[in-house]
This record gives sequence, C-alpha cells and structure tokens, in this order.
Amino acid sequence: MLELELNQLSRRAFLTTAGALVVAIASPAEFLSAATPDSAAAAGVRPGKLSSYISIERDGSVVAYYGKIDGGQGLETSVAQLVADEIDVPWERVRVVLGDTGQCVNMGGSTAGNGLRQGGIILRQTAAEARRLLIQMAGDKLGIAPADLTVTDGVVHSVSDPAKRISYAELIGGRPLDAPVEFHGEAQQLTVKVQAPLKKPEQFKVIGKSYPRRDMPGKVFGTLQQVADVKLPNMAHARMVRPPVAGAVPVTVDEKSIADIPGTQVVWIKDFLGVVAEREWNAVRAAKQLKVTWSESKANFPGHEKLFDHIRNAPVVARSGDRNVRAVGASQERTNGSAEDAFKSAAVVLEGEYEYPTMSHASMGPACAVADVRGDSATVYTSTQKPFDCQLGIAELLDLPPEKVRAIWMFGTGGYARDAQGDATADAAILSRQLKRPVRVQYMRHESLAWDPKGTASVSRNRVGLDAQGNVVAYENITKSFSMEDCNTRERHPQDTLAGMALGHPLTWRAAYGTPGNAYQFENAHWGWELIAPLMDRSSPLRTTHIRDPFGPPLMFGSEAFIDEIAVHLKTDPIQFRLKYIKRDREHDLFAAAAKQYGWDTRPSPRNNQQGNIAVGRGFAYRTLGGTFIALIAEVRVHRDTGVIEIPRVVVAHDCGLIVNPETIKHVVDRQIIWQTSRTMHEEVQFDDKMVHSVDWLTYPVLKMPGVPRSVEVVTINRPDQPTSGAAEMACGPLPAALSNAVFDATGVRLRRVPFTPERVKAALARGPERVVKAAL
Amino acid sequence: MAQNLTLNIDGKAHSITVDDPKMPLLYALRDELGFSNPRFGCGLGQCGACTVHVDGQAVRSCTIAVSLVANRKITTLAGLGTPEKPHPLQTAWIAEQVNQCGYCINGWIMTGAELLARNPHPTEEEVRDALSDLICRCGTHNAAVKAVMRAAEKA
Repeated sequence: MLELELNQLSRRAFLTTAGALVVAIASPAEFLSAATPDSAAAAGVRPGKLSSYISIERDGSVVAYYGKIDGGQGLETSVAQLVADEIDVPWERVRVVLGDTGQCVNMGGSTAGNGLRQGGIILRQTAAEARRLLIQMAGDKLGIAPADLTVTDGVVHSVSDPAKRISYAELIGGRPLDAPVEFHGEAQQLTVKVQAPLKKPEQFKVIGKSYPRRDMPGKVFGTLQQVADVKLPNMAHARMVRPPVAGAVPVTVDEKSIADIPGTQVVWIKDFLGVVAEREWNAVRAAKQLKVTWSESKANFPGHEKLFDHIRNAPVVARSGDRNVRAVGASQERTNGSAEDAFKSAAVVLEGEYEYPTMSHASMGPACAVADVRGDSATVYTSTQKPFDCQLGIAELLDLPPEKVRAIWMFGTGGYARDAQGDATADAAILSRQLKRPVRVQYMRHESLAWDPKGTASVSRNRVGLDAQGNVVAYENITKSFSMEDCNTRERHPQDTLAGMALGHPLTWRAAYGTPGNAYQFENAHWGWELIAPLMDRSSPLRTTHIRDPFGPPLMFGSEAFIDEIAVHLKTDPIQFRLKYIKRDREHDLFAAAAKQYGWDTRPSPRNNQQGNIAVGRGFAYRTLGGTFIALIAEVRVHRDTGVIEIPRVVVAHDCGLIVNPETIKHVVDRQIIWQTSRTMHEEVQFDDKMVHSVDWLTYPVLKMPGVPRSVEVVTINRPDQPTSGAAEMACGPLPAALSNAVFDATGVRLRRVPFTPERVKAALARGPERVVKAAL
Repeated sequence: MAQNLTLNIDGKAHSITVDDPKMPLLYALRDELGFSNPRFGCGLGQCGACTVHVDGQAVRSCTIAVSLVANRKITTLAGLGTPEKPHPLQTAWIAEQVNQCGYCINGWIMTGAELLARNPHPTEEEVRDALSDLICRCGTHNAAVKAVMRAAEKA
C-alpha cells in the first residue's frame, strides 16, 4: 500500500491548459461561464483594485465579485440588487461571482449573517465608485462636464441633451476598471472607502423590491451544478474510514479484505485512513468491508445524560474578563455598575438555571469535496462557508504557498456554520496529493452526524435582585460551557480539520464564548461566561465549533426564559416588564408590531382557567444583535397526556434596517423559525463514555412535517434610514425561550432543558411548579 | 460478478455494467450515468433526497438495488419537467420561492408530484401527510405545502 503502489495506479491523461481552470463536468455550462468573465478581473485580485470588485463585460453587463458565499439565503440575488442600483444597470445585467479565491477579494466568507452588512456594502460602494469613474471617462470622451451627465441602463448621457451618450460597453467593456480603492482590514473586517456617495433611499429603483431568487430555477429544475456533482477527468471516489470509538487509531489494516472489490485502494497515513475506487459504490463497499484493528481507547466522555453535571462540576479554565484569556469575537463580558454589591441590597433574589444540549449541524447532505492536487498547486471544489480560510488551511496542510491553492466555492447543502465541509475538503486534498489524481470525498450519513464539529452544550445560570417595589437592582447571567472553538470556525490551519489532526496536528484550543444579545438597561448587571476544558485533545466527534447563531439559542434560552420568570414573580405581563428596561424607539416599535400581529392581551403568566387535557399558552422573547431587532411570540398547545407540544403560531417582528429584498427576508425568517423549532423540540447528540451514537435520522431525530409551526407570521419593519444589518440567523436565538415561556404560560411549569421532548414535558408536568424565590441575603 | 443492465431513464434507454447487482440505483444514476438530481442524503431511505419515480411511484433510490429496476420506467427531476416545459410543481416551487439551500428539493418535488398524479386536488392535510416522511433541514416545510396547494389549484 502507500505511496509506491498508489503511484502505479493507471492514470488517464489530464486535460490541461496553462494556468486556466480545468474542469470537465457533467453539465458544465453554468459553472464554466461563471468561472470566466470576459473582463477577466481574475488577473491579480487585490483588495486595493476596483477591478477586483466590479467589472464591465464586453456587452456592457456588470460582474460583481463577492468574496463570500450563499448558504441558501439568496445573497446572489440581493447583492445583484445593491450593485444594479448603484451602477445604474438593470438587475438582470448584473452577474455575481461567489466565493472563488481565484476571482474574488477575501471578504471572510459567510459569517454572522453579514452577507449584506459587510460584503454587500463593499460591492455597493465599489459599484457607486465605478459609476462615478465611468461618468468621468464619459465626460472626457464627450467633452461634457460630469455634473451634466447621468446614467440610464448602463448608458452615460447628457442630462440637457440625451442624444449625447456613450455606453459602459463602449467605454470599458471587457477591460478592467483600472482604479485604486482605499481599503482597511481584511476578511470579515474588510471595509472600503470610496469617493462616490451612496444613493439615497428615494433614488432606489431596485433595492427594496422583491426580485426572485436567481438560484431557484436551477435548483428546481436540477440544472444548478453543486459541489457533489463535480466530475474531473480521472477522478477517483473516496470514502473515509473512521474509528469505532473516539481516540482509537488504526493499528493494522488488512488490504486483502477488499481485494474482491474492483479498482479499490487503501490510503493509510499515520492515523488518516481512507479507501478510493474508480466507481463510487465500490468505495462505499470497500470502506464498510475493510478490516482494521484499532487501538484501545479510554473513556473520554461523561455521556450525554451526565453532561450537564460534568459542566457544572468541571473546573473553570477560562472566564470572561480574564486579562490572560485570548478571547475572540463576541466574547467580551458586559457589565453595568456593580452587580455583586447591588445583590447585597436586594429585598428578594431569584435564580434560574437552563440547559442547552450538544448539537450536530446535521446538514441535509453529508459533506462532499473534490480536490485536484498537482505537484506545486492545488484546486479544491468546496462548499465550505469560508473558502478563503480553506485555501490557507489546505496550503498549510500540503505545504504549498497560499497563492498556489485555489478554493472554488460551489453551491451545496446548507451547512449552518462550520459543518464538516472543511474536513471533507482537507481529506480530499490529502488523498489527491497521495494518489496524484483528482479525488472526490463524500461523507456518509453516520460520519456527517457523528464526526462533524458540534455546537456546545451549556448551563445558563441567572440571578436577579429585586427591591421591595419590584425594581431590578442587580442582574447576572453566566453561561458555563466548553469553548466554542476547539476547532476554529475558519479552517485556516491543519488542526482545524480531522485530516490535520489524524496527521499529527494537536487540537488547538482557544477560549471563545459570548454573551446573549439583548439590551436591557439594568443599572447593575453582569453578563459573562465560564469555560471548562475540552473532553479530548485530538480528533474528537465532540470537538466544538459554531452552529448558526452560536451566541443565540444556547445563551438566550436561559437569559430570555429567566426574564420571563422575573415577570412571573412580579405578576407582570412579560412585554410590559421588558418595556421598563428598554430605551430605544426601534425596540418599542418592534414590541408593538409583534403584539399587534399576535393580538396580545396584557396579563401576567400563567394563563388562568386551563382545564382539560390541552393547555394553551403564549410566550414572548426578545433579541438584538448587530443592528437587528427581533421580537418573537410563540403559541403552544400542550397535550398533558402525551407531553406533545403543538405550535399553532409563531409571530416574528423583524427590524434589520434597510430591507433590500422584502420577500427574501420574510422567507429567510420563516425558514429559520422552523429550523430552530427542530433544534428546540428534537435535537440532542447522544453519546456514551467513548462514542457518539447519533448516527442517522432515527438516532438524531429532527423536525418533520407533523411538528412544524402551522403558521409563521413575519412582520418586517423597513428602516431606509438605517444600514442593512443581518437576517440570516438572528431569529433563531429567541425561539427556545419563547417556547419555554409559552409552555409555562399554558401549564405553570417551566421547561429548563432543550430539547422539549414529550418525555421531558410529561416529567415536568408531573413535577409541577417550582419555587424559585430565594430569601434576601 | 459484473452484470449488464438496461435502465430506462426519463424516456431513454441506458446500458450499464455493474460490479454489484445490489448497488443502489442512486449510484447508477449519479456516478455512472450523470443524473445528478437525485441527491445522496442518508443512504438509508430516511430523508427522501434521492427520490425518483419508478413506474410512477416515488421510490428512494438509495435503498433500491439497481438490478430490481432494470427495464422499468424511471423518472428523475430532470425528466419531470424542464424550464421550457415545467411540471406544475416546479412552476409553483419557483412562484413560492420555497427553498433555501435546495439540497432536499428533489425529494419534495418528486414526492409531491406522485401525490398530485394520484390525487390532483388534495386537501392541505393530505399534502402535509404525503410530505410527512421527508426531511428538510432549512425549514421549508410550510412553503412546500403552499407550493403543492398552488400547483393543485392550477390543475
């Protein structure tokens, strides 16, 4: 096995053309045309060059180079709207190239719902700048002052004499826009500064209209090329062989055990083990049939049943506010006044704890990637959310300079943050280098669930001190958990992938956590976090990372359910209670919009007079993050006999600043609510002391049609005077608390652990109401 | 033992040689013949992403052996309709802007099309029931129901 024999595999000739993208795929038309705009901005992408953002094709159409991706929220369409309005061409004449490191400036990939807030605004600004320069060029050609020029549908013309005109195509079609752009930062911190002003809302023709999603027909008719569909000449199919328990490594591998399956080959390098075959099904069979003896492994995990005790009891290795902790992102603690002192003066102290479980990304499609490594360069076809970091990670893994690696993002399964796509890409790269031919890696269902990096389990501890009049005088919210980044969400280094760790790169842990996004103006308050050590120091099926809205549901389930508990104690309506502690007009408008849509009657929880088997209740939760404001009302029908929770209605009031595409926003929020319903009602990774046992859709149940909220009503508030913020994940955060609050409203019983399975609901109902009041200190 | 089979897919005959007659139909379609619309989701018949019609019935191609469907009429999403001649469900799917990532779309449209073929005017409950054993991770369930109802109204 290994290198010598692998090199002897028969190889058919590659199609090659110097330096160009070489692909031969099943139905390549769309993909290849996307790869090669004739204005060829690809020649030397730099963040300081206008041509790296916007170019004009020979026919006068516009190409926008978007250094992010679309995870299914329709960004291609919305970005085209921003560009079309600023550069004054019809929307249909703007093409968007997404996530190709060979053609786009690094805008950080997909992260934090900032597709429009950051990447979109950059292209909007550079489109405006391109228009300004094109008017200048036209002015020189026509001998007219730029002040007398305007643009209609890609044609610059005189305002006073429209017959004096010249088109974008005539000015520069097919040639790069040769102008500098002032830029600051990089990746998701990249910003640009241009001379051209942005258009004002009253000048919009395209922004604010519901253009249909461009990716939809290709998906509906099956003509859209996805990463799983890539076929390269001489491409081999691979499957990885994973250990049966965490920490085990291959000791012996019996190649003869697959000798009866045609065209198969084993690749075993250190702890990295895979099989390849000429035909895909033979790779599947070989991976299953291969006889491997594995090393012993110790018990590494507490088991999912005892996980929350483990979290409670484990020593804290890092906490918010520690100066020596290299915390990241939204990880800083937040404090107002001095909560600790203020608790001493409280008349009453209430406490509440909540638990959020380990979750898998559980993507619809198991990860898939294709790599083509040739000596001193590599091309990877990937569905990772961060192709630019993937490029760096693959370069380091293969010991190549980054500029010799091209990561081409393609549509694929929704991954919901850092799922296993980056792992599959690294596996494919190692296999392709070893076999010296293109390799396609497709993960299996069990691999996708058991070995993707996981969303962290956590325990949320909440305390409030009230004075004799019921005012909040002290507040504390602490989440105790694992770091969210055993595995960096940007797979920028080998240790951030399974392949890298199998090849000997140790897990590189860093403290990363956050505080729940809300904005209650408590005078003395502390929001913080405490982290415990990872369960393993190597390739673990429980290594942690981000799942969509990482600082949302796990943190806000506790914080927003506890706000409800305070209101219950004070016998106050939960909206009225919150209104006492929020200040901004946008928040008041938002709460009013949600209450109006739902038909909210002001009263405290629980609801009175609930006889019979079915108890009905409503729950409220609120969240703000990065300029987006969300108020959410969930209605439940709790079946006391079975423990089943029906969700007839969810109302969402949603303010994300200027709305670019109204229908798309509504759809994105509607789908998100159903996504988070699945997580709240069903999802929890099950494991014992050695291994994850959630390996398919029976052992990792997810929402199906019967449990779907029957009516999701999204009320959007458009704020043309405010920047567009984000909408791709922010509505997830408040849902678990809204549902828990609704169940309390219906039954007087508080659900403290996600998911809200029928067994847990029945157990909570049998237990009955709790006493949460603690006497004053 | 290698075996020669003829598959009738979207109205055309395709000859293939398979190493293993138990190979699921999905691998013949995707890998051997380049029909990429049936998608690999689980390989266990649990999610529906790989659904095709065999003699008009919705079948999960990841769990049915290729040798069992030789000479039967197989229809994939591409055979159901085209941009020029769309199936009413495809038109409705676009009108309702149903999908997010779209990885599951094949299973939902193929399953919905089977329902409409045997019950052209279903009630909403019948639609929900017909779609109840499909998985969509992006949460497009209600939008899919709307799309099927829309297509049924137009029929």
